[in-house]
Amino acid sequence: MDFNDSPEEAEFRARARAWLAANAPEVNWAQLDQSDEPAMKAAGQAWQARKADAGFACISWPREWGGGGESPVMQAIFDEEEGAYGIAFRFFGIGLGMCLPTLMAVGDAQTCKRFVGPALRGDEIWCQLFSEPGAGSDVAASRTRAVRANDGSGDWIVNGQKVWTSGAHYSDYGLLLARTDPDVPKHKGLTMFWLDMRSPGIEVRPIHQASGDSEFNEVFFADVRIRDCQRLGEIGEGWKVALITLMNERLAVGMGSGPGWRELLALARELPGADGRPAVEDQALREKLADWYVGAEGIRLTRLRVMTALSRGQAPGPEASIGKIVSARQMQDVATEALDRLDQFGIVAGEAGGADIAAFDYNFFFGGALRIAGGSDEILKNIIAERVLGLPADIRVDRDVAFKDIPRGR
Amino acid sequence: MNFDFSDDQKFLKREARKFLEAACPIATTRSVLDSRDKPFDEPLWRKVVEMGWTGTVIPEKWGGSGLGHTDLCAIAEELGRVIAPIPFASTVYVFAEAILAFGEDRQCERLLPAIAAGEAIGCLAVGEGRGRLACDAMTTRVEDERLHGAKIPVTDGDIATHAIVAARDDAGLGLFVVDLATAEGVRREPIESLDPTRSAARIVFEGAECERLGAAGEGKAQLDTVMNRAAVLFAFEQLGGADRCLETAREYALERYAFGRVIASYQAIKHKLADIYVKNELARSHAYYGAWALGAGESNLPLAAAAARVAGIQSYDFAAKENLQTHGGIGFTWEVDCHLHLRRSRQLALALGGISNWREQLVQELEARNQH
Ligand SMILES: Cc1cc2nc3c(=O)[nH]c(=O)nc-3n(C[C@H](O)[C@H](O)[C@H](O)COP(=O)(O)OP(=O)(O)OC[C@H]3O[C@@H](n4cnc5c(N)ncnc54)[C@H](O)[C@@H]3O)c2cc1C
Repeated sequence: MDFNDSPEEAEFRARARAWLAANAPEVNWAQLDQSDEPAMKAAGQAWQARKADAGFACISWPREWGGGGESPVMQAIFDEEEGAYGIAFRFFGIGLGMCLPTLMAVGDAQTCKRFVGPALRGDEIWCQLFSEPGAGSDVAASRTRAVRANDGSGDWIVNGQKVWTSGAHYSDYGLLLARTDPDVPKHKGLTMFWLDMRSPGIEVRPIHQASGDSEFNEVFFADVRIRDCQRLGEIGEGWKVALITLMNERLAVGMGSGPGWRELLALARELPGADGRPAVEDQALREKLADWYVGAEGIRLTRLRVMTALSRGQAPGPEASIGKIVSARQMQDVATEALDRLDQFGIVAGEAGGADIAAFDYNFFFGGALRIAGGSDEILKNIIAERVLGLPADIRVDRDVAFKDIPRGR
Repeated sequence: MNFDFSDDQKFLKREARKFLEAACPIATTRSVLDSRDKPFDEPLWRKVVEMGWTGTVIPEKWGGSGLGHTDLCAIAEELGRVIAPIPFASTVYVFAEAILAFGEDRQCERLLPAIAAGEAIGCLAVGEGRGRLACDAMTTRVEDERLHGAKIPVTDGDIATHAIVAARDDAGLGLFVVDLATAEGVRREPIESLDPTRSAARIVFEGAECERLGAAGEGKAQLDTVMNRAAVLFAFEQLGGADRCLETAREYALERYAFGRVIASYQAIKHKLADIYVKNELARSHAYYGAWALGAGESNLPLAAAAARVAGIQSYDFAAKENLQTHGGIGFTWEVDCHLHLRRSRQLALALGGISNWREQLVQELEARNQH
C-alpha cells in the first residue's frame, strides 16, 4: 500500500506539472462561454493538439498508434494535475474514452493507423451510435438495419434511427451498432461499423433536452452506404464489440463532474443560515458534507485501485460500475442541497443568479441525465449483482426468440 | 503508487483467514454470547497471542514482530470477518498504540513486551455517561497521583490488566495508565452490553494509583491521536464484517426459494446486495488510504481516519441490517448469526465515539484545508 508516487511517477508528475504551468494559464478557462459551442470546440481542439504535441494526450495508449505507452496510473496523474486548472471539455470523452479503445481492440492495423492519431489530437471527433427509440438499456434490441448491397460490392446499406447520440452534430465519425440478421436471437444478429458522419443519407436533428440545452441528437439513416472494410469485428459479433465499448464507458464516465462538496462548502461559508449565522455552521449540512466527501473521495480512491489493477494488465472489470452509481446520484443531491441552502433565491437562474448557481443548476439537471446515460443506475446494479456477485440473470422472455418475433411496446 | 496489499501482506491475510476459520468458527463467538460468565474466549486469545498478532507492530526490541501497520490492518480485517470474541481491539488498536505513541522508554519496556506476550490486556476508559464525550466536562480527577471518578462503559474493562484513563488534573486533561490488576482503589462491575461477544464494565476509581502517559495537559490531543489510529484499524474490522455479511446474504439468497425461484433472482434482492457491494468497496478504499496514512505517519491522518471511520460505520451498519432483511423471519432468530453482525457493527460503531463526532472532525479538516 503506497499512495505516494513512485520515483517514475513523481518524475512524470513533475514533468506534467511543469508543462501545465507553462501552457495552461494562457487560456482563462473560467471565462470560456460554455454555451458558445463552436468557440468551446475550437478551444478544446487547440488544447488537445497541444497536449498531443507534448506527449500528454492518451498517455496510456499503445505507442505504435501514437499513444504514450505508459501505465493508466500516469494518465490518472495527468488528469489530476490538469483538473486542478478546471480544464474540462465534453467533446473528446466519447471518442477517446470509448470509441477509439474499441477500435484499437478490434480494428485492423490500417484502421487504427488512420484514426487513432487524428482522434488523439482532437482533429477528429467521434460519437457513439448505439441507443435507439426502442433500444436503450436493452441496446442489443437495436433495429437499425445494415443489409448487403445487391451489387456485389460487398458494401452495406444502412437504414434506421439512433437517438440520444451525444455530440452527433459536431462529430466527424461514429461507431454504429446495427442489425445484420433479424432471424436469430437479438444478441447474435448485430454487427459493429464505423462511419463518416458526413456520409450521404445521414441526418442529424438536435434534441431539446429537459435541461434546456441541446447536447444529444436523433440520427436518421436513409440508404447510407458503407464499405465492408468499415466493419469492426466479425459479422454477427457486434454485441461482443459493443461490450468493449460499454466497459470502457463505465470507466470513462465514473467520476462525476461539476460542483461537488468543495463548491458546496464554499457556498455555505458565504450564505446566511439560521439566525443569520453562516449556513456552514448548520450541523445537518455538515453531516451531509462529510458523507459527500466520503462518497467523492471513495470513488476517487476506488478508481485508483482499478488503475492499479489495469497497470497489471487486467481489463476494466464490472467493478468500475460503482463510480457512476455513486457520483451521478451525488451530483444531483449536492446540487439540490445547494439550491435548498440558497433558499428562495435558489430559483434564480441566468445572469441574476451568477456563475456558481448556474453550475449547481446544470448539475441539478445533468445529475439526473447521468443516472440514465451509459447504463442506468438499475442496469449498473444488475451488472454488479450478476457479474460481480454471481447472482442469477433476470428472467429473459426474449432470449431464444428470433429478433423479428420479439414483442415491442412504446 | 500501489493501492493494494503487497504480495507478502496478501499471504499473511490468507494465512490469517485459514487460521481463524479453524480457530474461531462461529461456535466460538456464540460460546461467549451464550454464557454470562464468559467474558471472552481464552483459548482463542492464547492462540492469537501464539501467532504473535498482539505484537504485530511492536518493535522487536520490545518483544514484538516489528511489522508495519498495513500488516496489522490485514489481520484486523480477518478478525472482523469472524466476529472474534477477544479483547484484541482494546489491547492492540488502542492500548498498545497509545503506549507506542506516548510511552516513555521505561513504560514501553514494561508494557509492550507484556502485550506481545499476551500477559497484558488493555482498555480505554474515557466515557462517563450518556451523550457525547465532552473533554471539558470530564469529572474523573487525578490528585497526588491518585485517580478518583467513574468510567462507563469501558469495553473489556472487566478483564483488562491495564487501563488508559482520561482524567483532569491541575494541568488540564491528561492520559493516565492504571495497573488494574494490582492497584488498590479500583472497583470493577461487569455491565451488560448490546454486543455480549465483547465484554464491558463500569470502573470506579477510589484513589487508585496511576501513572501519567505523555505530556501533562495534552490529553485532548493525545486522545485524538489514539482515536485516529484506532479508527483506521476499526475500519478494517468493520470491512471484514461487512464483507462477511454480503457473502452470507448472497449464499442465503442463492438457496432460499420463494414463488418458485431463488430469491437471488429478484431485482429487489439483487439491487440490495449490489448496494452493499458499493458501500463496502468505498469503505475498502478509505480503509486502504487510512492504512497508508497510519503507516506513513502522514499529517493527513485525522482526515483519512475520519473518512475511513465514517465509511466503515456506514457500510457495516448497512450490510448487517440488509443481511438480516435478506434472511426474512429466520434472520430474526437467536440461532441464526445475522444478529451477531448487527451487534458487532453497533459495538464497533460506538466504541470510539459515534458517527457524528467523526463527521464533524472530517468537516473541520476540510475547512482547514480549503480556506477561502
Ligand atoms: C445525457 C445522455 C447522453 C446520452 N448519450 C448517448 C450516446 O452518446 N450514445 C448512445 O448510444 N446513447 C446515449 N444515451 C442513451 C442512454 O444510453 C440510454 O438512455 C440508456 O441506456 C437508457 O435507455 P432508455 O433511455 O431507452 O431507457 P429505458 O431502457 O427505457 O429505461 C427506462 C427505465 O427503465 C429501467 N429499466 C430498463 N431495463 C431495466 C431492467 N432490466 N431492470 C430494471 N430496470 C430497468 C431503467 O433503469 C430506466 O429507469 C444518452 C443518454 C443520456 C441521458
